[in-house]
Amino acid sequence: MEITVAEALVRCLEQENVELVFGYPGGAILPVYDALCNSVIKHVLVRHEQGAAHAADGYARMTGRVGVCLATSGPGATNLVTGIANAYMDSVPMVLITGQVSASQIGTDAFQEVDITGITIPVTKHNYLVKDPNQLPQIIRKAFHIASTGRPGPVLIDLPKDVAQAKIKFTYPKNIHLPGYRPTYKGHRAMVSQAGKIIMESNRPVIYAGGGVRIADAAPELRELAETISAPVTNTLMGLGCFPGEHPLFLGMLGLHGTRYANLAVTECDCLIAVGARFDDRVVARIDGFAPGAKIIHIDIDPAEISKNMRADLPIVGDVKRVLEALLPLLKKKKNTEWMARVQAWKKEYPLNYRIDGTLKPQLIIEKIYELTGGDVVVVTDVGQHQMWAAQYYKYKEPRSFITSGGLGTMGFGLPAAIGAQMGAPGQKIILITGDGSIQMTLQELGTAMEQKLPLKIFVMNNRQLGMVRQLQEFYCDKRYIAVNFQYDLDFAALGRVYGMAGYTIETPEQLAEMLPEILAANRPVMVNCLINGEENVLPMVLAGANIGEAID
Amino acid sequence: MTHTLTVLVENTPGVLARVAGLFSRRGFNIDSLAVGRSEDPGVSRMTIVVEGDDQILEQVTKQLHKLVDVIKITDVSRDDFVDRELVMIKVKTETSTRAEIMQLVDIFRARIVDVGPKTLTIEVTGYESKINAFEKSLRPFGIMEMVRTGKVAMLRGFKSTTIDESQKKEDVY
Repeated sequence: MEITVAEALVRCLEQENVELVFGYPGGAILPVYDALCNSVIKHVLVRHEQGAAHAADGYARMTGRVGVCLATSGPGATNLVTGIANAYMDSVPMVLITGQVSASQIGTDAFQEVDITGITIPVTKHNYLVKDPNQLPQIIRKAFHIASTGRPGPVLIDLPKDVAQAKIKFTYPKNIHLPGYRPTYKGHRAMVSQAGKIIMESNRPVIYAGGGVRIADAAPELRELAETISAPVTNTLMGLGCFPGEHPLFLGMLGLHGTRYANLAVTECDCLIAVGARFDDRVVARIDGFAPGAKIIHIDIDPAEISKNMRADLPIVGDVKRVLEALLPLLKKKKNTEWMARVQAWKKEYPLNYRIDGTLKPQLIIEKIYELTGGDVVVVTDVGQHQMWAAQYYKYKEPRSFITSGGLGTMGFGLPAAIGAQMGAPGQKIILITGDGSIQMTLQELGTAMEQKLPLKIFVMNNRQLGMVRQLQEFYCDKRYIAVNFQYDLDFAALGRVYGMAGYTIETPEQLAEMLPEILAANRPVMVNCLINGEENVLPMVLAGANIGEAID
Repeated sequence: MTHTLTVLVENTPGVLARVAGLFSRRGFNIDSLAVGRSEDPGVSRMTIVVEGDDQILEQVTKQLHKLVDVIKITDVSRDDFVDRELVMIKVKTETSTRAEIMQLVDIFRARIVDVGPKTLTIEVTGYESKINAFEKSLRPFGIMEMVRTGKVAMLRGFKSTTIDESQKKEDVY
């Protein structure tokens, strides 16, 4: 029996076990929505396509499955672009399906036509324009495979309207042929054994673990590695949660706003084991000042990351979990007593801290949330100062308990990502920590959250300004502040109530202590307007041009 | 240091844009690029000449490999290889210069492909320095226009840069 390509597409999604899609309809994608009427797949209607992309992203980070998005041609497609770039930078598996004008109209500047495959080449792992109706099942199969394997990433499929309406004989392909796509999973044996040797010979090892550990589901192996060789572990922003935050070997986050002790340990180590991390400029600061005396072992599934920013002494390309599994049997228990003592001394000497002066401090809010939840919630953040505080002051226990926009640093990511995360894990308590700047970028998605009846707990760190930019202007522009103050004081608690949420305003540490238990225990969506001290800076801070060991605090 | 890469790609629409875009957005310089069909109808073959040290070349190669349409990359300049360019030059002629130009054509083993009342169009293939020398020797007569292809290259002897058998099979996932 023949069915339309649009119907075939929906069947393909069912075959890929897609349970829900985030999207926004329009003219060119009409046939696909029509086909969706008869499917078990749930459609989540967002308020802006960027929200759909971030929600699919949050869903994917939460569940480890492929997030799926639908949007129409033209503006629908371009509105996805920020969300696609965000997923690309953080290696999140997504499949995005956009409607396109009919094939015969392509290239004529037709209504709502845009070359979305051209636009998204730099920000997708791969993309397709479907020209031959019979190719669609193959393309969907390939897209899901590419998105979810190797180093994951977003794949976009552009579907012209007339192609979507064409009829084909549907079979879902078992086999696909991708001669140019062969990720390496198994680490090179000789390299792994050499890594074992370097590690056993080292006296001052440090493990620098990133988001690759979460993606490869390698947290148990990472922990075993650290405990076997007595190596302290520092996480990148993307890696937080991959190593228990309360573990004595844990150093917290490293980098520009990392802990002093993590940065000092990296600076002084003689062996740096980079696991699923990519030596991002926000981690490394000055290249020649990063682990200058260390042998660098770099384990990553993406060969292009190795020696891109920093030369690796020993590269191992492979799936982090499989490489660690191969490495562990080669290692013997070691203590590094002297090194451990130094690291512990740094931890005592340079703890994370902030001045307690009776005002409402954002760091205190995060600490209290941690105390009350015991680390058993999923924290989603936006981008800015609040994000750094959430990274520093909350102790993550589980690999998927922290969802944040790292590589692209997308303000506006938080709310839609929290929606996606909650839809992917309905029983999970989700806390969104955001800023008054960030949340206003995708505020419209409150409508989506309420429609889906999601009991999100939203904490707006409201300092009436763009705090991170203000901080940059303070340090780099001699306090010449421009375009960072919001002159209109928005009452977020009242705003929450307009949407039907419970609204709270917290102005003092006393109110925080009093209201927080009630807020966290609430079974309904809550918007908390936290009127925080506006003068607060994110510290420690490595200034431009300095080594990571030279942070100010 | 220049390197000559042979890149086998799936013959899909947009593959050239993907490859060219990658070079520009990662800040790599292309000296020359030639693309055409290979012995396999599903596969196009690009010859890309890049300028850069070993580290840049390593990044270029790795980033190219990340493109799903790229099947195989070989740096033929690490081995014995031949490369050729083709150029067509339209040169002004007068009765007094025509004979001299035709002599040059002979010396360089070029060919005249079009004769006009006041022009000769000449085709020459060869390695880069030969073509440069030919162009230089014609310049005094007045070159009206010139078109030059990118380099194409191939390994010498029995070695080849074709697709491995293992890459030809359908994959089962």
